Amino acid sequence: MTRVGLIRIVVIVALIGALELACRLGFINHRTIIPPSEMATALYSLLASGAINADIERTLGVILLVIALSIVFGFALGVVIHALPRVREALDPLFATYYAVPIFIFYPVLIAIFGLSPMPIVLIGVATAVVAMIIATLNGLDRVPRVLTKVARVHRLGPVTTAVTLQLPAAAPYLFTGVKLSVSYGFIAVIAAEFILSPAGLGRDIADAYADFNNRRMYALILFLLIIATIVNGLLHTLDMRWTERRAGGRP
Amino acid sequence: MSATRRITDTLVIVAVMLLVWQILHQIAGETALPAPLPTMTYLMHMVPTARFATNAAATLLALSFALLLAYAIGLGIGVWMGAHRLSGAVGEPILVALYSLPKITLYPVVLLIFGLGLSGKVAFGAMHGILPVALLTIGAIRAIPPVYLRSARTLHLSPWQTIATVLLPAALPEVFTGLRIGFSVTLLGVLLGEMFASKQGLGSLIMSDMSLAQSEDMVTVAIILFAFAAIANALLLWVEHRLHRRV
Repeated sequence: MTRVGLIRIVVIVALIGALELACRLGFINHRTIIPPSEMATALYSLLASGAINADIERTLGVILLVIALSIVFGFALGVVIHALPRVREALDPLFATYYAVPIFIFYPVLIAIFGLSPMPIVLIGVATAVVAMIIATLNGLDRVPRVLTKVARVHRLGPVTTAVTLQLPAAAPYLFTGVKLSVSYGFIAVIAAEFILSPAGLGRDIADAYADFNNRRMYALILFLLIIATIVNGLLHTLDMRWTERRAGGRP
Repeated sequence: MSATRRITDTLVIVAVMLLVWQILHQIAGETALPAPLPTMTYLMHMVPTARFATNAAATLLALSFALLLAYAIGLGIGVWMGAHRLSGAVGEPILVALYSLPKITLYPVVLLIFGLGLSGKVAFGAMHGILPVALLTIGAIRAIPPVYLRSARTLHLSPWQTIATVLLPAALPEVFTGLRIGFSVTLLGVLLGEMFASKQGLGSLIMSDMSLAQSEDMVTVAIILFAFAAIANALLLWVEHRLHRRV
């Protein structure tokens, strides 16, 4: 553990400790925030009771579906658009603006069209996540060195072999950035959609607990989602670092 | 690429989107999704009404306060962590981790602390905006050539003078990128806040339209917000390009 990492942990622990202390000493009203230790015990008993298993399954299932669809379609669309330079040029302003407009405001419109089902959630999730994957795929294919295509021609490789053995590995770091963003955007969009309006799911659970003034349940659920998101982001980050290191290490 | 070609491309995209909208309308039916043309005429009638004006004003007010807070706090954190090496090394990964969390889960907490109404929306919007502003400011200040700082020291500038006359001007183009992204996510935060729990603002207008099945109204508000965000982003991008070229 580096010194900086150690200080970071101390800072985080101190912040949580300060919150705990402020709650216990009554500086923060129990009806506003409950002590972190109570959040943890509440989460433990909630998970042990199995009361939210169905919602966990549902929400994580939808998130996985959204991420899978976004990555597959985003990659496929990216490859197609990359092959058509004129189309790509035309789409450029759209890509530049896409994440600047609140796509999410169309969620109620999707509910009006498809009704209150998982369908609008999946659609708004994919709409949020897929474009990051398209942009990353375009970036990645742009950065494939020319020499690789020449090597492929010299060795008379077919288009499929060229793609799998040369182009894909060369574009991989950029593709992985796309995957990371898709995961993060998919997660956020699904939870937000469930939270705003949905028949079930963890986001809906939090909104319900808030409406019922059930703080223990609410904070337990919030803690759960934050832990899941942190673990997933941490894993992706670690993978990214490891690959970057390996690539850097392979260079003469 | 020539300007006319760019404009034609944008027009083609808009035309394609309108076509998709029309097709969706044919599939979904009149009650779920009104057609583009009637929506445009509806828009003309709707914008002058008092109902739209008060809600739009409420959203704009919340957005302005949220932006003010996000920019002030974000720049403050950014300058601090950018200029102070250890704080930056400790703090930046924490900010990055917070940035990729679904902040919507924290909205109930914000509501419990700040209450329903303007302050809750403002706090939630600012929460979204602070992080990109801070992160890009950190990056911008770290990228400043050390020789600038050395000359500031040679000239015996005070810390404030160093920030105001050396750090900020040198970092401005990249800092402005942070402000632009901060604008987009703050707007999103304010709208999300309004959609979940608020009696005022365009976000709450969309939700009440949906529950009353007034799809014409709902789509119109969504289109207006869409256009507002796109135009604001285009303007900020324009300024940003000019700043980058100046350096």
